[in-house]
Parts: sequence; C-alpha cells; structure tokens
Amino acid sequence: MKEAIFEIRENKKIAKNTYEMVLAGDTTAIEKPGQFVNLKLEGFFLRRPISVCDYETGSAHRDGRGAAEQATAGSAAQGRLTLVYKAVGEGTEKMAALGAGTQLSVLTGLGNGYAQEKAGDAPVLIGGGAGIPPMYALCKALMASGGKKVQVILGFNTKDEIFYQEKFEALGAEVHVATADGSVGEKGFVTDVLAKLEYTYFYACGPLPMLRAIEKTAKSDGEYSFEERMGCGFGACMGCSMKMADGSYKRVCKEGPVFGREEIAW
Amino acid sequence: MVNETKAASRDTRVDLLGIELENPIIPASGTFGYGKEFSELYDINILGTFSFKGTTLEPRFGNPTPRIAETPNGMINAVGLQNPGVIAVRDKELPDMKKFFHKPVMANISGFSVEDYAKTVEILSGQDQIGWFEVNISCPNVHGGGMAFGTDPQMAKKVTEAVKKVADKPVIMKLSPNVTDIVAIARACEEGGADGISLTNTLLGMRIDLKTKKPVIANKMGGFSGSAIFPVALRMVYQVYEAVKIPIVGMGGVSSAKDAIEMMMAGATAVGVGAANLTDPWVSKKIVEELPEVMEKYGISSLKEIIGAAH
Ligand SMILES: Cc1cc2nc3c(=O)[nH]c(=O)nc-3n(C[C@H](O)[C@H](O)[C@H](O)COP(=O)(O)OP(=O)(O)OC[C@H]3O[C@@H](n4cnc5c(N)ncnc54)[C@H](O)[C@@H]3O)c2cc1C
Ligand SMILES: Cc1cc2nc3c(=O)[nH]c(=O)nc-3n(C[C@H](O)[C@H](O)[C@H](O)COP(=O)(O)O)c2cc1C
Ligand code: FES
Repeated sequence: MKEAIFEIRENKKIAKNTYEMVLAGDTTAIEKPGQFVNLKLEGFFLRRPISVCDYETGSAHRDGRGAAEQATAGSAAQGRLTLVYKAVGEGTEKMAALGAGTQLSVLTGLGNGYAQEKAGDAPVLIGGGAGIPPMYALCKALMASGGKKVQVILGFNTKDEIFYQEKFEALGAEVHVATADGSVGEKGFVTDVLAKLEYTYFYACGPLPMLRAIEKTAKSDGEYSFEERMGCGFGACMGCSMKMADGSYKRVCKEGPVFGREEIAW
Repeated sequence: MVNETKAASRDTRVDLLGIELENPIIPASGTFGYGKEFSELYDINILGTFSFKGTTLEPRFGNPTPRIAETPNGMINAVGLQNPGVIAVRDKELPDMKKFFHKPVMANISGFSVEDYAKTVEILSGQDQIGWFEVNISCPNVHGGGMAFGTDPQMAKKVTEAVKKVADKPVIMKLSPNVTDIVAIARACEEGGADGISLTNTLLGMRIDLKTKKPVIANKMGGFSGSAIFPVALRMVYQVYEAVKIPIVGMGGVSSAKDAIEMMMAGATAVGVGAANLTDPWVSKKIVEELPEVMEKYGISSLKEIIGAAH
C-alpha cells in the first residue's frame, strides 16, 4: 500500500450517472487488476473505495515539475490511473464535480486482485453496472497474456447506462451485452447470456443479487469481487468482515475483495 | 536549521505508571489491530506504545455488516469486538508481535460478565510483552440486563476489583462517555483500586439512510468517534483530572500534535489516537514527528510539565 497525491487529468460523464476519471500519480503499488484504491475527498471523513479500471505503471505525477524535482525523478514514467464510478451519493457526486488539476490523496495497492493464472484458455468476465470497471483492467491483462479467447458479459438496466462496450471490443474480447429492458443486446440478465456460453473459468463483479444468480448458473470454477462499507480499506478496523464457508472470517479489504467461488458462504 | 536543533532538544518523554514512554502517543484499541498492518507501513517502535484490539475470553465474529457509517468529521462503528479470543492472542498474536514491536504493549480487554474480565486478564498475566491492562467497560453486562458496566459506578468498581486481584500489571480502566456523571464512574474505579483511567470510548450514535429509510448500520446504533468528538472527550478528561489522583490516558478525536498537547493540558499523561489512523494510516507517526515543532512553537520544553496545565 502506498499513499500518493494524484492529479486529475480528466473527469467526464460517459453514461447515465457514470463518470470516468483519469488521474496522474504514483501507481507503483498497484499490483494487479481487481485491486482498489481509496480516495480522500475534501469534506468527507472516510475515504471512498473505487476499483482500478485501468492503469499504467509509473511513479511521476506532474508534467510541470520544478527542475530539482525533475532531476531526482529522472526519467521516471508517469503513472496513470483510470477510475469509472457511478454518482450514487454525496461523495461520488462530489467526485463527479471535480475538475482537471484537482489533487487527491489516494491509497493505492489495496486488496488481493484476480487470480489471472486460473483463467484457462476461454475465460468469461461478467460485470454488472458499477461492477464493470475492474473487468476492464482484467480483460486487458488476460488479452496481453496471449492465446486466450476472452469473453465478456456486460449487464445494464437500460441503453443510457451502457459504457465501455467498444473499449472491451477494442481489446479484442468477445463482448455480449444484456439489458434488463432489452433496449440493447440480450433482453434479460447476464446469466441469460452466461447459460449459452462455453468457458473455462469466470470472474464476476456486480450487485449481490447478480452474484447470487451467477452462483446458480455458472458451470465452471470462478471468483467474485465483493463490496462492503469500509472504515479503513487496509485491514485495520474489522469493519468489512465477511463470514466464509469454512466458518472463518475474512476482510473484504485485505484478503478480498476477490474470493473464490468455493470460499463463499451464500 | 536553527529551529530543527531547538525542536530536537524538546523532551517528549512521559511516565505512564512506572514505564517511561518515549512520547505520549498511543494508537487506540480497535484502530490498530495487533499492530501488524501498520508495522508494514512504518516502524511502529517510534510510538509511545499502542493498545491492541479489544480481546475477549472467547473468539468473537462480531456484528453483522454494514458495521461502518460516516458522519461529519467522524464515523460510527459497530464492529462488535471481533477478535480471535484471549488464548489465540496469547499464543499467536503476542509472539508474532515480538517480531516488529519491542516495547511494552497495552492489552485492551473486554468482557460480558465480571468473571469474563477477570479470567481474560488472568490468562494474559505473566506475559512480559504487556505493560498495562486497559479494561474496556463499555460492554453490555449479560447478567445485568445488558446495561454497560461503565454506566454504573458499582459495576465499574466491581470489575476493577476483580481485575486488580489477578492482574500482574497496572490496570487502566477505560470509561464510556455515555453516562450522566463521568466523574462518579472515574471515582468508583479509583476506589476499586484502578491504577489509571483512560477515556473516552466512543459515543453512542446512529445514521439513517434517506433512500432506504433504515439505519445505515446493521446493529442500528454504534460508536461515534473521530475529530467531531474532540471537544466532548477533552471536557471529560478535564473533569476527571480534577476528581482523581491516578493518571489519565486521554483520547477521542485526536488527529494532530496540537490536539495531543491540548489533551495533555486538560489532564492526560498519554494520548490515544483512534479513528484518525483509519483515514490516514501514517497519522500517529506524523503526530510523533510533529510534537517537537509544536512544543517549540508554544514554548514547551518538556511534555511532563504541561499535564493538567489548564487547571
Ligand atoms: C472494493 C470496492 C470497489 C468499488 N469499486 C467501485 C467502482 O469501480 N465504481 C463504482 O462506481 N463504485 C465502486 N464501489 C462502490 C463505491 O465505493 C460507493 O459507490 C461509494 O463509496 C459511495 O460513496 P458516496 O459518498 O457517493 O455514497 P454515500 O452513500 O453517501 O456514502 C456513505 C458511506 O458509505 C459508503 N458506501 C456507500 N455505498 C457503498 C458501497 N456500495 N460499497 C462500499 N461503500 C459504500 C461510502 O464509502 C461512505 O463511507 C466500490 C466499493 C468497494 C468496496
Ligand atoms: C473501528 C473502531 C473499533 C474500536 N474498537 C475498540 C475496542 O475493541 N476496544 C476499545 O476499548 N475501544 C475501541 N474503540 C474505541 C477507540 O479505542 C477510542 O476510544 C475511540 O474511538 C475514541 O477515539 P477516536 O475519536 O480517536 O477514534 C474502537 C474505535 C473504532 C473507531
Ligand atoms: S475496512 Fe477496515 S478492515 Fe477492512
């Protein structure tokens, strides 16, 4: 885990209530897709946890550094972090209103991340709404590892909420869209698409009812990302504990947010 | 440069019940685990000490989630004393802690009956890593209709006496602020033989979600802490200082070296830092590092001299 000051480069609306924020800063603590960051927002006591949607590793964060800083930073690559978030409450609404140039304190490198080595040669990535962002970094990493047919199922309520479909397609994944009202793609839920696919492993992130439905439908091994209200995000407060199938407890922020299918007590 | 040398000569040491602390800063129970997560971020030996997670006789999973809510300048938690139980703390957490923390640690204990408290402390007696027992009496008494021990002077005294009988280290009674007369509770603990008092624990609070019309926290209510409670905690430390002779560990809303010094002026010998560790994991280190500068600014040469200075 690292704390660093990030500077917002871009913050724009990409779908209904949905925003994409690009930040520059030290991303060297981010190890893999499925991890999250914890953002400090002015006027709010607790940080806001948001999944890493995309990142480029680097430690420098300012283009316009002073000469001395430039010298010590040498030719360090600039770190970039992309977050996609829904404005659902006071904090995320505040985030949506922040302009380029705003600086934020960000804790990076939180949580365990996805087990990419388990993917097999035809994994399926399932994201619902605000659960889609971490699937993008995962899709990118799996495509980069080569020799895989990566299938992606994106679930939305309706047409206005759709985002990132073309970005997943541009990575070379086979993309399926499901909308609850049938305005685009398959009418229904991600599980209606999942039932028709062949896959070696699954990765899923989205609202709890969606995860439960996947648990009933999925035919392979797989893993899920969970959300919980967090006090710290780095394992100190026990605010985010989850009871597991074996009776033990795990912290969503530290041992999670990704848990194997077999670990979960539904 | 001149200021730095001056600041370096400031004396931050205090004596807490026979043990000298390098500085008065003590991360508060429940916000620092058993130290491990923070030891990966910085050398926690720079702290005065820390108080480990509230430990009970039996292992506890704690309350259902959500356990956390936000408030203006603070938070509410209803973790429900999740901990692995005293045996695991003695046999696993303490030996693990030895690897990264080399000072006496404060053992925070909770219970649900007088016997629970005494047994838990007894099991931890004889552990030379422990410097003090901090006995949290904000817990409900299962034999007393669920009323917290710390809300009744007689019960508070009983717990103190029972723990004192078995403890091999100084006993610091940690008070609940959810009472009409904090002074009466502090006095009862002193009469029961307490070596010190720590306060304050969290204030009972709640939040309601406007969308669902339901409490945010599954347990409905929880403990309110963070900078918002600082003036309340400071006032209670001030009142208790006037009423008892034993030393006080003051806490509640401390998030800077200035807050810590203010707490000491109210009467605290050492200062706990709680919720602030959760939002800024390096805050306790920063407070320790800032102390000499703030002392310099206010003309304080030794922290010992300012304990209770406001009286
Ligand atoms: C590991 C993790 C990854 C996440 N990734 C994303 C993401 O990539 N994109 C996205 O849109 N959302 C994501 N979320 C959800 C996001 O954290 C919440 O939507 C956000 O915290 C809401 O803040 P608010 O102030 O707008 O809402 P409010 O309801 O005003 O917030 C009040 C408090 O509750 C907490 N809270 C509210 N809803 C949630 C929630 N669903 N999960 C956790 N805490 C919550 C807030 O952090 C805050 O402390 C993630 C959550 C977790 C735990
Ligand atoms: C998440 C959390 C867990 C806590 N757990 C305990 C505990 O186990 N035992 C205890 O005596 N106090 C516990 N406390 C109370 C703190 O130690 C401290 O007394 C209180 O939070 C006030 O300080 P603060 O405002 O700096 O947080 C907890 C507080 C928080 C925020
Ligand atoms: S949020 Fe504090 S332990 Fe997970």
